[in-house]
Amino acid sequence: MGTEKSKDKIEKNVLLRCEHVGKSFFENRVLNDISFELREGEILGLVGENGAGKSTLMKILFGMSVIAQTGGYEGSVYVGEKPVKFNSPFEALEEGIGMVHQEFSLIPGFTATENILLNREITHYNFLVEAFGERLSTLNMPEMIERGGKALNTLGVDISPKMLIAEMPIGHKQFTEIAREIDRQNTKVIILDEPTAVLTETEAEILLSSLRKLAQKGIGIIFISHRLQEILEVADRIIVLRDGILVKEVEASEADVVKIAEWMVGRKMDTSVFEDKLEDKNAEVLLEVKNLWVDMPGETVRNVSFEVYKGEVLGIGGLAGQGKIGIPNGIMGLFPAGGTVKFRNTDVPLNNPRKVLNLGMAFVSEDRRGVGLLLEETLDWNISFTAMQVKEWYVKKYLGGLIKWRDDAAIKQLTSEYIKTFDIKCQGGHQLAQELSGGNQQKICLAKAFALKPELLFVSEPTRGIDVGAKKLVLDTIRRSNREFGMTVVMTSSELEELRSVCDRIMIVDEGKVAGILPATAPSTEFGLLMLGTSETHRREREIQNGKVKTK
Amino acid sequence: MSWIQSFVKQAGLPRIIIGLFLLSLFVAAPFVGVSVTTSINDVLVRFGMNAVMVLAMVPMVQSGCGLNFGLPLGIIAGLLGATLSLEIGVVGLWGFVVAILLSLPFSVIFGYFYGQLLNRVKGDEMVIATYVGFSSVAFMNILWLVLPYRNPTMVWGFSGEGLRTTISVEGYWLNALNNFLSFPLGTHIKVPTGMFIFFAFMCFLMWAFFHTKTGTAMTAVGSNSEFARASGVNVDRSRTQSVILSTVLGGIGILVYQQSFGFLQLYNGPFYMAFPAVASILLGGASVHKATLLNVIIGTILFQGIVTMTPSVINSAIQTDMSEVIRIIATNGMILYALTRKSVVKS
Repeated sequence: MGTEKSKDKIEKNVLLRCEHVGKSFFENRVLNDISFELREGEILGLVGENGAGKSTLMKILFGMSVIAQTGGYEGSVYVGEKPVKFNSPFEALEEGIGMVHQEFSLIPGFTATENILLNREITHYNFLVEAFGERLSTLNMPEMIERGGKALNTLGVDISPKMLIAEMPIGHKQFTEIAREIDRQNTKVIILDEPTAVLTETEAEILLSSLRKLAQKGIGIIFISHRLQEILEVADRIIVLRDGILVKEVEASEADVVKIAEWMVGRKMDTSVFEDKLEDKNAEVLLEVKNLWVDMPGETVRNVSFEVYKGEVLGIGGLAGQGKIGIPNGIMGLFPAGGTVKFRNTDVPLNNPRKVLNLGMAFVSEDRRGVGLLLEETLDWNISFTAMQVKEWYVKKYLGGLIKWRDDAAIKQLTSEYIKTFDIKCQGGHQLAQELSGGNQQKICLAKAFALKPELLFVSEPTRGIDVGAKKLVLDTIRRSNREFGMTVVMTSSELEELRSVCDRIMIVDEGKVAGILPATAPSTEFGLLMLGTSETHRREREIQNGKVKTK
Repeated sequence: MSWIQSFVKQAGLPRIIIGLFLLSLFVAAPFVGVSVTTSINDVLVRFGMNAVMVLAMVPMVQSGCGLNFGLPLGIIAGLLGATLSLEIGVVGLWGFVVAILLSLPFSVIFGYFYGQLLNRVKGDEMVIATYVGFSSVAFMNILWLVLPYRNPTMVWGFSGEGLRTTISVEGYWLNALNNFLSFPLGTHIKVPTGMFIFFAFMCFLMWAFFHTKTGTAMTAVGSNSEFARASGVNVDRSRTQSVILSTVLGGIGILVYQQSFGFLQLYNGPFYMAFPAVASILLGGASVHKATLLNVIIGTILFQGIVTMTPSVINSAIQTDMSEVIRIIATNGMILYALTRKSVVKS
């Protein structure tokens, strides 16, 4: 199909057009001046890193209510030649735009057919209709099943239209969702947000070929995926988003995986890549973790053992939900944990945040607003509180320590020092933490941890949700405190490139276990293999399971 | 215009409306034959009587336990202190001091167990607290009858045992605080200086407490308990401390109330005592998880002002007893208003 796909594009009608679309969530800009067109029968691949703005863009196109609730968007969207501004997904459906979500929006207790035809059921007349209206007409099940089956057949999958959603393997649910969008009579555009993420390879193949079939019928498709190979295979054109900006629009035939990856990542990290990597094999072990398990919902750690050397920056990477976030949270005592942890050869009591802090460790949580900050209190309090409680600094003692009076003057001085060194944009230490932007809030969290003068600092997702400039400053600060002040750092991040630039060694966590530890200088493909290593076997297991379900 | 807007925003619309209503009552008073000076005297006395019980709300609000609907528990501790003091028979200011000292062990123990209970029901503190208050009153109804008090001024005359429903403190420590350093202001106003000094002292202690390490931790627990936990604070302990503090202040508060009122009200007396205190602090501008001393003072003045003025002024004006209705609407309406605002403030 690759030969004919780029032909005759110019004459075909434009189905959907975006002009200068932009969006910011409060002070955080996520999309900036996006313009593109989608033509009849075209498959448009949309790629970008996590947080590049792909999902936000799709939410705008589909009229999701979060957009309107957070102040709407800039620019304009046209369906055909008609300018539209959707306030709810219903209006988008009306205009022929369908969306398949990352999370399933199916009713588990209904069959495939009932889900596909939900609210568009084929009905019989009965006498109750006269009295109570259309809502009481009887369902014409045989016809509905036939139509549901037809929609599923279009996709080329073998799913019984009578099967309950709850009994389906995850891939079949995805197909059912797509079938629902196809069945709509007026569907012109289908948006698929990472539809293949949950599919096995064979299922993904089926899906891709069915997308091509749909495109031949004249439907326009926007296809979002992290799997670049798929995008190249199926898409006619590819647009690349990076930090909310459309950086590249290109014909699929002119792109390859390496080029796309370059466009996606860009050069934004170059400025803070630290070349000097520590390779001292004889360094003293500062922290020793053995058989650690952590019961953190969504980030379960099953069995992790590793060592942190004095003076290094250790990165912890891995895919979301594999347990990398659980490791620092467990060691710091925030979630139930077990195993042995030794700090400077003394046993660290688990499940006791106070003891861990007393030993000289500090933690910058990934949950900035939930755990990291006192949103309704002043910056003074936010920065000094932990040091005051744990170390009894910034406290004046009277009556032989009976009265421990908060030393507001010393706190003020401390805050203004950190505001200066971290370049925190605020009106002063008396401002409330909730009034600051995400990046500045993150700096407050770092300041809070630094105020403890820890020997070992855990930093979780330090750059999540903050803009590029703040990212660089935060990473620079972490790196400088390590190299200049000898603070040992364990940094957790979902962004591999960020870890590679800052860390000396990187540990990859997969399914709650350590998949491997590599020096940061190792090629990124090796890290990629580690991340996917065990999940490949996992996928095979799942495929076997799926087979079982089919034979039932 | 802008300074009006900023004033309204700062003071809050409910406070301005209630304030204006109170002012209009004072303006209307002379026209329906109610003496303004007597009314002012009443407001001053009632402010002094109730202020400490309103202050008792602050620690629990600050620690995130919500409003102390379980105030009757503290009041019962205060009543135990008061009856024991009468039984011993100490008179004058010392009798009052002894009553406070005797109430402390009870309020600390009650508060500790009350705190343990509230730590098990995080998120539903206020509902549970209400029923802790109610059931403790019911339980004490039995105990008041069977406890072996012997002082003839307190027990039922015919049987010689079991405490009476109301016990006069006259001859013991009636007006012990009111009369301390009090001075007349005009013909009808007698300033209860001692009560104000005592309240100011309590406020100072509260202010000082929240400037200590422990008090700071308590505020942080109320602001974000996860943050506090991650900072090494024992959240449950901090909450228990706040509950004990609230209960102790409830006990002291009822003693201040009684020395001015002149009677101990046992049995169902403490039943509804929490609601005026809750309404006062909310009226003063406190939310369910933030309260200041200024909220306490403003709220108590406004609430007691309304409660004092409506019976006299409105009754004289319309010749029917509407006062109770208005008081109930003001009390419960204020609680309702503030509780529904909770979700808005949180986000």
